[in-house]
Amino acid sequence: ASVSESLGNIRPWLQKVTTQAKTTDSKYFTTTRKGEIFELKAELNSERKDKRKEAVKKVIASMTVGKDVSTLFPDVVNCMQADNLELKKLVYLYLMNYAKTQPDKAIMAVNTFVRDCEDPNPLIRALAVRTIGCIRVDEITAYLCDPLRKCLKDEDPYVRKTAAVCVAKLHDIDPLLVEEQGFLDALKELLADSNPMVVANAVAAITEISDSAQTDTAADMLCWSGQLINKLLTALNECTEWGQVFILDAVANYTPTENNEAQNMIERVSPRLAHANAAVVLSAVKVIMKLLEMLDPNSDFVLSTIKKLSAPLVTLLSSEPEIQYVALRNINLIVQKRPDILKQELKVFFVKYNDPIYVKLEKLDILIRLTSAANIANVLAELKEYATEVDVDFVRKAVRAIGRCAIKVESAAERCVSTLLDLIQTKVNYVVQEAIVVIKDIFRKYPNKYESVIGTLCENLDTLDEPEARASMIWIIGEYAERIDNADELLESFLEGFADEQTAVQLQLLTSVVKLFLKRPTDTQELVQQALSLATQEADNPDLRDRGYIYWRLLSTDPAAAKQVVLAEKPLISEETDLLEPNLLDELICHIGSLASVYHKPPAAFVDGRGGGQVAKATKGLPSRLAAEAGGAAAAAAGAGGGDFGAGTGAPGRPAVSVIPTQESLIGDLLDIDMSGGATAAAAMAAASASTNQQPVDLLGEGLDSLLGGPAPSATSPVPPSGASAAAGGSGADSLADIFGGLGGGVGGGLGGGGGFDPPMETWLPAQKGKGLQIEGRFLRRGPQLSMELRLRNNAMQQLNGFAVQFNKNSFGLAPAQPLAMNPLAPQQSVTTLLPLNTKGPVQKMDPLLTLQVAVKNNIDIFYFACLIPMYALFTEEGDMDKRVFLSTWKDIPPENETQFNLGSYAHDADTASTMLRSFNVFTIAKRSVESTDMLYQCVKLTNGILVLAELKIVPQTNAYTLSLKSRHVEIYPGVHEAYLAVLKG
Amino acid sequence: MIHSIFFINNSGDIFLEKHYKRVIPKSICDYFFEEVTKNSSPENVPPIIQTPNHILISIYRAQMHFVAVCKSEVPPLFVIEFLHRLADIIKDYFDEVSETSIKDNVVIVYELLDEVLDNGFPLATESNILKELIRPPNLLRSLADTMTGRNSTVSATLPTGQLSNIPWRRSGVKYANNEAYFDIVEELDAIVDKFGGAVCAEVHGSIDCLIKLSGVPDLTLSFVNSRLIEDASLHPCVRHRRFEVERLLSFVPPDGGFRLMAYRASCHGNLPVPLDLRHTISFKQASGNSGHLELTVIPRPPSGRQLEDLVLTVPMPRAVSGASLVASAGKYSYDTASRTLVWTVGRLDSQKGAGSPTLCGTLVMQTGAPVPDCRPSILVSFSITGWTISGLKVNRLDLHGEKYKPFKGVKYVTKAGKLEFRT
Repeated sequence: ASVSESLGNIRPWLQKVTTQAKTTDSKYFTTTRKGEIFELKAELNSERKDKRKEAVKKVIASMTVGKDVSTLFPDVVNCMQADNLELKKLVYLYLMNYAKTQPDKAIMAVNTFVRDCEDPNPLIRALAVRTIGCIRVDEITAYLCDPLRKCLKDEDPYVRKTAAVCVAKLHDIDPLLVEEQGFLDALKELLADSNPMVVANAVAAITEISDSAQTDTAADMLCWSGQLINKLLTALNECTEWGQVFILDAVANYTPTENNEAQNMIERVSPRLAHANAAVVLSAVKVIMKLLEMLDPNSDFVLSTIKKLSAPLVTLLSSEPEIQYVALRNINLIVQKRPDILKQELKVFFVKYNDPIYVKLEKLDILIRLTSAANIANVLAELKEYATEVDVDFVRKAVRAIGRCAIKVESAAERCVSTLLDLIQTKVNYVVQEAIVVIKDIFRKYPNKYESVIGTLCENLDTLDEPEARASMIWIIGEYAERIDNADELLESFLEGFADEQTAVQLQLLTSVVKLFLKRPTDTQELVQQALSLATQEADNPDLRDRGYIYWRLLSTDPAAAKQVVLAEKPLISEETDLLEPNLLDELICHIGSLASVYHKPPAAFVDGRGGGQVAKATKGLPSRLAAEAGGAAAAAAGAGGGDFGAGTGAPGRPAVSVIPTQESLIGDLLDIDMSGGATAAAAMAAASASTNQQPVDLLGEGLDSLLGGPAPSATSPVPPSGASAAAGGSGADSLADIFGGLGGGVGGGLGGGGGFDPPMETWLPAQKGKGLQIEGRFLRRGPQLSMELRLRNNAMQQLNGFAVQFNKNSFGLAPAQPLAMNPLAPQQSVTTLLPLNTKGPVQKMDPLLTLQVAVKNNIDIFYFACLIPMYALFTEEGDMDKRVFLSTWKDIPPENETQFNLGSYAHDADTASTMLRSFNVFTIAKRSVESTDMLYQCVKLTNGILVLAELKIVPQTNAYTLSLKSRHVEIYPGVHEAYLAVLKG
Repeated sequence: MIHSIFFINNSGDIFLEKHYKRVIPKSICDYFFEEVTKNSSPENVPPIIQTPNHILISIYRAQMHFVAVCKSEVPPLFVIEFLHRLADIIKDYFDEVSETSIKDNVVIVYELLDEVLDNGFPLATESNILKELIRPPNLLRSLADTMTGRNSTVSATLPTGQLSNIPWRRSGVKYANNEAYFDIVEELDAIVDKFGGAVCAEVHGSIDCLIKLSGVPDLTLSFVNSRLIEDASLHPCVRHRRFEVERLLSFVPPDGGFRLMAYRASCHGNLPVPLDLRHTISFKQASGNSGHLELTVIPRPPSGRQLEDLVLTVPMPRAVSGASLVASAGKYSYDTASRTLVWTVGRLDSQKGAGSPTLCGTLVMQTGAPVPDCRPSILVSFSITGWTISGLKVNRLDLHGEKYKPFKGVKYVTKAGKLEFRT
C-alpha cells in the first residue's frame, strides 16, 4: 500500500501508461480469421526475437481455447532452440499438446531436450525432464532413459524431485520399459533422499505406479519397515502440504508390529490435525483411526486421542461447501465406527439456509445418527423446521428423518408420531406421502401402539400418487384390516386400477387382499378371487404371477398353513436401518479421505476394471489389537493379514462385503416380507413333491432364464409359466403342481459324488536330487479345505527326521496352514501325509502363474522343488451367484477381456457336464438352449476373490464344447482352460 | 491424480482446458452438464460426479465451475483443496477470479496451470514461489517494462524458496519500512429461532497478515486469552509444538499477505448476537392478493461500537411477485427474478439515536397462486470494527533474528457469517 501511496501524485500518468501497455489476451478468443494461420506462420519465422515470442504466445492462446494450430508444428519447434526461457516454456507447452499427433516431427525436438537435461541451470534441466515425460510418443520415450537416469541422481534436489515424477509418467506410457531400465529401484532409493520434497514426490510416484501396476514388482514397491516409516514421518514435517497427503496416505497402509510403535506413530501424526489444508487433516484422521484399533480402547492414550479428533473434524465443516461435503461423508463413517467422537457436537450438523442441497442431505443423515434420548427434543424441533423448507428433496428426507427418530428413540416415538400427524394436516402432497411411508415403518417397529392414527391416514387416501406411498398405505390397510371397517371397500377401490399400478403396489395389493381374506374370510371371497385372477392371468410380470400362484395354491390346499405363512409374526425392524455392514465399515475406515469413503463403497467396486491395476489387490482391513494384548494367535493372524500392504492376503479370508440395503430398498424388503414367507413355504412344498431336491429351489428361475436370454427372449420364452396360465383358469392347483414338478426335475441335479476327482500323484522331488528323500504329491480339495497330499519315501540308508516345509511367495498366497506333522522316517519307509493349506501367505505373481516353489527341510539338507498348482484346486465354494448379478457382472467386464477356447468333444450332455463341473465348484448359474445348442452360464470364484465367468457352449450333434471366459484378470485364463479340460476328461 | 482441468462458466462454455496426461475429450463434461441441468442452481451441483470411466471433482467459485477429471482413486479433498488454491492463485495474480480476468490473461493462466501441476501432482502452489517463476501483470511491472523495454513474464532462475526449509519465504527480502499488520476477523454463524433464541451459534476467526519485513524475521505472536481458541488450522510456517504447549504463534512469515491461522473460538454459554429482529411476514390477508411484511432491527452492539454494513436478505417463495414497502432507514429492493428482498440498512449510528429501523408494507402476491405455507428465513450480514465477538485479543508481537524495529498493527473485525433468523 505504501508504494502506491508514494506514487499517488503520478497516478493519472501511470494509469495512462498502463492502459497503453495493457494488452489483454481476450482477443485470442475471437474466432479464427481466414489467413490467420498463414500470418502466424510468417511471424514465427520472423527475424525479430520479440515478434517470434509474441507469435508463439498467440499460437498457445489459440491452442488453449481449442483451435487447431497443429499445422504450425515445424515453425514452432524451430523457436525451441532459443535461449529465452519464457519462449522455451511456451514451445514446450505447444509440444506437449501436439507431439502425439505429429510423432515424426516431434523427433526433431529430441536433441534439444537431451541437451537441456545437461544445462547448467537446474531450472532448465528440470523443465526438460518434466516436459519430455509429457510427450507421449514412443519414438521419443526411447531417448528419454539416459537423461532421466542422470536426473534421478542430479545434485540439485529440484531436478531429482521432478525426475521422480517423470518415472511415474514414463510408467504410464511404457511400464515394461521402466522395469527393464531399473527405474523402479532408482525411485525406491529416492525414498531415502535427504530432501523431504524429493521423498514426498517419490512416494507419490510410487503410489501411482503401484496403483496401475501390471506386475508384482511394480505393485509391491513399498516394502514396509519401521525404518522406512520413520523416514517418511520425518519428511512429513518438512514437506509441502500436498506431499504430506501423499506420505500420510502411504503411511496409512502400514500396520505396526508393536503397540509402542502405533502409539508413537499417532503422536507424530497428530500435529497434522491442525493443518490448514483439509486434505492433510483428513488423511491424518485416517492414519489415527486405523492405528487406534490396535490399542487398548480404555487406555488414557486412546481416550485423549479420540478427544483430539473431534475439534478438527468440526472445523472442516466451516470450510467451503465442497470440503464440507467430503468431510460429512467421512464423518458419517467415523460416527458409525466411534460414535463418541462427535456426540457432543450435534449442533454443528444443523442445516443452514444457504447450505447447498448436497450438504443439507448429508447433515441430516448424521443428525439422525447422533440422535439419542438426550437430544431428541432439539433434533425434532429442527426436523420440523426443515419440513417447511422450500427444497422438495430436502423436505422429503426431513420427514423420513422424523420417522427414523421414532424408530431409534423409543421414548420419543409418540412425539414423532404426533409431529408427523401435524405435517399430514398441512396437506402438502409430498409431505403427506413421505409421512405415510415412515408411519408404516413405525407400525412395524411398535405394533399395536399407534393404530389410532389410521383414521387420519385414510382421509388422505385419494391424494397419494406415488407408488411407495400407495404401497405403504395398502400395507397398513392389509395389516390392520380387522380394525378398518371399510378395508374391503378401500382395497377394492385400489383393485380397480390394478393394471395401471406399478409392480411394487401390485404385489402389495395382492398380499393385502390375501391378508384381508384370511382375517375376514366371510365377505371378501369375491375380492380375493378377483385379485388372484388379476395377478395370475392379466399380469405380465413373472414375480406377480408367481406370487399369485403361490397364494392361490396355499389358499386352496391348506388355509391354516396360509394363515401361518401370510400372517406370520414379522421380525422387528432394526433401530438403525441404514448402518453399513461392519466389515465394509472397517474397510472404508481404512480408506477415509478417499473416493471410497465418499461413495461408501469398497474401492474395488468402482476403480477396478478401469484399465487400472491388473494385479489383484488385497482389500484393506483394520488391524486388530496385537496378540500380546488380545491374547490369541488368531487375532494376530487376522491383524497381520488385514493390514499388510506388501503381502496381499486379505481377500481370501474376508467374506464378500455387501451393503445393507438403503432406506429405499429396505422399504421394498419390508413390503416383501410376506413374500419371503410365502416363498419358503412354497419351497418346502416343492421339496416334498419333488422328492430329494438338494438345491434351493429358485421359484423365479425360469422367468429369469428368459431374461438372461438377452436379445431374443421371446424365442426362448419359457414354456411352463405360459402353459400354467393357460390352464390356470380351470384348475390352478394342478398346473402349479406341474410347475413345481418341472422345476424340481430341472434343477435337481444334486451334488455329484461329493469329493471331486483325485489326480494321480506326481513325483516332485526324485530321490537322487533329494539325497535319498523322494517326494510325490498332489493337490486335493475336500469341501472348503485345500490340502497338499505328500508321499515321502526314504531311499537313504539313515533315518530322516526334523521335517519342515515352507512355500515361496506365490501367485495365490498358498501357505501351509499348519506345520508338517511327520514322524522320523526310517530307511525304505514311506509315509503319506496330508498338509492342509490356506491362502493367507504372501503373494507374488509367478511365471508361470501357477508355479509353487516348495522347500522341504530335514536333518540332511534343505531341498527345493517346484510344482504346478492345478487351477481347479483354487475354485472356492463361494462361486455361486444370483443370475442378475451374473448378468451385470458379465456386462461390466470389458468385451476385450473375453477369450474363447475349443475344448474338443465329449460324450456328456449339458446336465452331466454341469454336474461334473459343479463338484469342482464351477457353478452353473443358468442354462439356455438356442436351436438345440446348450449354453451353460457358469461362474468360478478363486481363493483370492477373482471371479471368472464362463459360457460353455455345447453343440449337440458333434458334442463340441466351446468355452468363453470373461474375467478382469485375463492371465488366469490358461489355468481355467486347463481345469475345464481336466474335469471334462474325467 | 488430476488428469485434466476444465473451466466452465454458467452458460455452459468450456473456456479453458488443460491436460496433464492423455488428452481427455471435452465430451467428458457432458456428464457434468447433465448434473447441472438436474439442479436448480449451479451451487447445488454435487462436487463429485462418477462417470463410467472417470471421476469429475468440481468446485463452484465466482460464477464458474472448476472441474478436475481423475481416473483412479484419489483423495477428493486433495483435489478440492487444490482447485480452491488454484482459484486463490488466480485471484492473487489478477486481483479477482472471474471469467474476464482469466480470459484477459489466458496465456499467463495457462503457464500457471502448467506450473501448479506436474503429471497431476501439485508442483508449486505457493504464491510467493509462483510469482518468482511467472511474474504477475501489475501496474509496476507494465511501468517497468515500458521504461526498460524488458518484456518477459518468466524468470530464468530457480526460485530459492522452492527447496529451502522455509519454502514459503522468498529470499533476499528488503524493505525500507518494515511493517507487520494483522487482521483478526471473526465471523458469527448462527441460527436464531422465531422467538429470538439461538438454536446454534459458533464463531470462526482468521488471522490474515500483511508482512513486509526484511531478511529472515522470526516472529512470536501471543494472545491475552489464548484458551478461547478451541481448534486451530495453522499456516505451515507456524511451529506447531510451541502452539500446542504455550498457545502462541511462533513463525518465520512468508513475504506479503497470507492467512496465518484460522480458528474456531469456543463459545460455551450464550453468545451475544449483536442485534435482534422483530418480524411478521404473512402471505395471506383478508383483502385481495397481498401479504404483509414488517421487519424491525433492534441493534445491540457492544458499548462504544457500531453496527455497520447491515444488510437483510429475505428469499421469498415463488408466489411473491413484488413488494411495496417503506424503509425508515436505508434502501430496499426486490429482485423479481430470484424473488429476493434485500434491505440495505447500512450503518447504525447508536449516538444519533437512530433507534430501531423498520421496513414495513405489503407484499404483492401472484394472482391465482395458492398461499405459500413456508416461512422464509432472514439472512443478516453486518460488521463491527474494533471488536471480536469471542473476546480474543493479541497480547504482543516480538521479533527475533533481525535488528530493526518494525511497525506493528492489529485490527479487529467481527462480521456475520451465516447468520439467519427463522420466522
